[in-house]
Amino acid sequence: MHEHDVIVVGAGGAGLRAAIAADEEGADVALVTKLHPVRSHTGAAEGGINAALREGDDWELHAYDTMKGSDYLGDAPAIDTFAQDAPEEVVQIEHWGMPFSREDDGRVSQRPFGGMSFPRTTYAGAETGHHLLHTMYEQVVKRGIEVYDEWYVTNLAVTDHDDPEERHCHGAVAYEIATGNVEGFWARDGVILATGGLGQAFDHTTNAVANTGDGCAMAYRAGVPMEDMEMIQFHPTTLPSTGVLISEGVRGEGGILYNDEEERFMFEHGYANNDGELASRDVVSRAELTEVNAGRGIEDEYVDLDMRHLGEERILDRLENILHLAEDFEGVDGLDEPMPVKPGQHYAMGGIETDENGETCISGLYAAGETACVSLHGANRLGGNALPELLVFGARAGHHAAGKDMKTAEIQTGRSAKSEDGDVEPPVEPGAIEAGSSDGDVAADGGERSSSDRRSDAAMVEPKETLEHTVRQERERIESLLEADGINHAEVRSNVQETMTENVNVFRKEESLNDALRDLRRARERYEDVAVADPSRTYNTDLIHTIETRNILDVAEAITLGALAREEFRGAHWRAEFQERRDEEWIKHTMLAWDDGTPELYYKPVLLESQWKEYEPKERSY
Amino acid sequence: MSTIEQETETEETTDESAEPTVESPGERRRAEKQERAQAREDQRVDEEIDHSEETITLKVFRYDPEVEGKEEPRFDDFTVPFHKGMTVLDALIYSRDHYDSSLTFRHSCRQAVCGSDALFINGRQRLACKTQIADLDAGTIRIEPLPHQEVVKDLVVDMEHFYDQMEAVEPYFDADELPDDELEEQRQDRENREKIKMSTRCIWCGACMSSCNIAAGDNEYLGPAAINKAYRFAMDEREGEQRKQERLRIIEQEHGVWRCQTQFSCTEVCPKDIPLTEHIQELKREAVKNNLKFW
Ligand SMILES: Cc1cc2nc3c(=O)[nH]c(=O)nc-3n(C[C@H](O)[C@H](O)[C@H](O)COP(=O)(O)OP(=O)(O)OC[C@H]3O[C@@H](n4cnc5c(N)ncnc54)[C@H](O)[C@@H]3O)c2cc1C
Ligand code: SF4
Ligand code: FES
Repeated sequence: MHEHDVIVVGAGGAGLRAAIAADEEGADVALVTKLHPVRSHTGAAEGGINAALREGDDWELHAYDTMKGSDYLGDAPAIDTFAQDAPEEVVQIEHWGMPFSREDDGRVSQRPFGGMSFPRTTYAGAETGHHLLHTMYEQVVKRGIEVYDEWYVTNLAVTDHDDPEERHCHGAVAYEIATGNVEGFWARDGVILATGGLGQAFDHTTNAVANTGDGCAMAYRAGVPMEDMEMIQFHPTTLPSTGVLISEGVRGEGGILYNDEEERFMFEHGYANNDGELASRDVVSRAELTEVNAGRGIEDEYVDLDMRHLGEERILDRLENILHLAEDFEGVDGLDEPMPVKPGQHYAMGGIETDENGETCISGLYAAGETACVSLHGANRLGGNALPELLVFGARAGHHAAGKDMKTAEIQTGRSAKSEDGDVEPPVEPGAIEAGSSDGDVAADGGERSSSDRRSDAAMVEPKETLEHTVRQERERIESLLEADGINHAEVRSNVQETMTENVNVFRKEESLNDALRDLRRARERYEDVAVADPSRTYNTDLIHTIETRNILDVAEAITLGALAREEFRGAHWRAEFQERRDEEWIKHTMLAWDDGTPELYYKPVLLESQWKEYEPKERSY
Repeated sequence: MSTIEQETETEETTDESAEPTVESPGERRRAEKQERAQAREDQRVDEEIDHSEETITLKVFRYDPEVEGKEEPRFDDFTVPFHKGMTVLDALIYSRDHYDSSLTFRHSCRQAVCGSDALFINGRQRLACKTQIADLDAGTIRIEPLPHQEVVKDLVVDMEHFYDQMEAVEPYFDADELPDDELEEQRQDRENREKIKMSTRCIWCGACMSSCNIAAGDNEYLGPAAINKAYRFAMDEREGEQRKQERLRIIEQEHGVWRCQTQFSCTEVCPKDIPLTEHIQELKREAVKNNLKFW
């Protein structure tokens, strides 16, 4: 067993920042990560990091833009905390050596980004995330923070109390990929989940193969509610053949979108008469698909993004990376021809419910970065807001877990914050296949203890026992996956991805959402029969991918249930049957609690007021 | 908010009602477009018929110290249907998901930024995700783990030594002095940023190290990636003169820059086009200039 004060699961931007923060507080902190830190997907971020740094700009404007962008589903205390902490965090990474792009006077450059009322997006070429990730990993090396790399966390060690709000997290269980060892990680003060996105629930995504929603799924099954899972951002400019992202920076610098008739449709068809290409992502994504559906798409699939008029010099200076991406992954020379683009899954606004200090309703369990939902982005994230989010809330979670004295959070978590029961009628039972029964299949049930198991095992409230029990249980799950005969998980995974991309996309209809739930149920049933064919204990990726597929199933279902429940059109969430934002009824968060395998939907209010400001919902037009 | 589609429709009606009898521009455009679409469809069908049978063969190195039949290294063949734009990584994933789920290789981002999938493809270090199959002229594609590194299983090598070398050069920014105000950034000249730009692009893939003869012969040689990392900081004007001196001392140790025999193999294989040999040469010159040479 390994033992530390704070265990951070995941070493992308959020995890690294959290670990440095805990270290700053003097805690003994370790990072446990399935990829070596520099392989994390934060490295793929291109466009930039927002922060109000200059005269003429201030945090309140940034907060206002973020709230408007969220379509009034963000929580004011989260947004205001974020906008106030972001400048210091951004300057701090500059002090850590981040190679930002510069102005003539040597100061950090900022550029305009969609939905921002001021050019406040700092950047390092078109490879901002790469530099952010490496700069922070360097600081982790400098501080000598321990990293367990290529250790896959399979489960959390959480006590067994009936009420999730009474549960406590004492650590995690991880599988060492190189050797097959399963070990407990005892966390004296806290576990921080920083496991990143869940794009692999879809088949056309800008996310990495490793973005499988592990953190969300583990926290969900341990009893932490998932918040606003239906809010998935589709990025308007991804390359059609791979999903590789063409940064919003291209449009920020003046890139133009054309349809097949060479119309600048964002203006000519009135999608966004003021901001045109720089309208927020959901608006541009829907505009593109509307064009394609109206027969004005190129090859009935995509539109063109043209940056040639910016000139070679400017492109090379600020967007060089884009030229490489277009060339390597689509065979297109961006200096010479327009680049084909279409919407692709990009970002999960929802996730593990936390407060401004990164805490979940389970004590000792935190989350930060894309896997978390503090609710900063609400129904739609503005470009350049995720990187400062992971700095701000990664740092806060790290500090809090390490015992720093922080202000009590304004945001309430857990079921005690419920304002209303939810009503949604899925066509099939969602959740675990054998919820509540004791003869559930250890391998297929994602390492969850069934409720009858809970009752018979009353001792599961003691810290050490909780961890030891979880280790035993994970060893058993892994053994049974390795020993059983069965089908390959890959097919189940691709069934999930296909139905999600087809039915839970930019445009959502009740019937398609129901189809998706039926497909997901079938996929769950098939998952009962998966097994790992590779018998080896050495670097068994077959096993890792099989476990991930179970996580993908749980998050895909949560996304779809949320989408079915939310009967309105807000931000990224468009419903065929409900073509309006319905403020009287829907300024509330959709919450899903796993409840030992039978998901329960409920709502909690959105906070439009913080100790600093109050926001009035307005029409979100660009 | 919800008027988007209606507006689009309004526009179309105006178009048509303006010239009710003659063909409207919109109609003409759509008619032309339909022709174009038809032509493209014909072409696509043509291509599909042509290529429906097209397959490629991968010859993949296999080894697992623990599994019977795999303890002795061997090559397995996988036949994979080819499509335009297919990368070596796509073909490996296809093989794994359709034929043998135990086929093992690292990968994550699929876009040449995580540095996980540097492999030895047709005798050269390349990122599998960045290598178009169409660009490899051989009919059979031979895929091996990176040479000169210990193989863990199939295409996975042990990266520990590479990481140790990277960490040996104190790879972190460490300014002599910082602005007092925590909201004030350090200044950096555009020119200086330009100077370090290429060196900051390294994705730790290990291709350079694997291609280097010197590194193969001298296990303690820092290697091109680590020296490049040292260059990145030594040349960054924000760090200050004192730190730079310390950095030069690190790279001119016995197993540092002076080992390099300028064979350029690292520069040739680097997927991020970092001029590694040039950077090493420049550091040699800096070291001489500082009269600190003691090899
Ligand atoms: C292509 C692209 C471009 C983007 N551009 C921008 C931009 O310009 N500006 C912006 O603000 N945002 C951008 N974003 C969004 C932003 O980059 C991400 O939201 C953010 O980087 C996520 O960081 P993270 O630390 O939460 O997760 P990640 O960086 O994905 O890290 C996740 C970590 O968790 C680990 N992990 C996962 N599961 C497990 C497990 N079970 N056990 C152990 N470890 C695990 C992984 O190893 C990894 O280290 C972009 C996103 C993409 C995909
Ligand atoms: S210098 Fe180039 S080849 Fe070497 S590790 Fe870095 S990116 Fe890879
Ligand atoms: S998969 Fe990330 S570099 Fe190839």
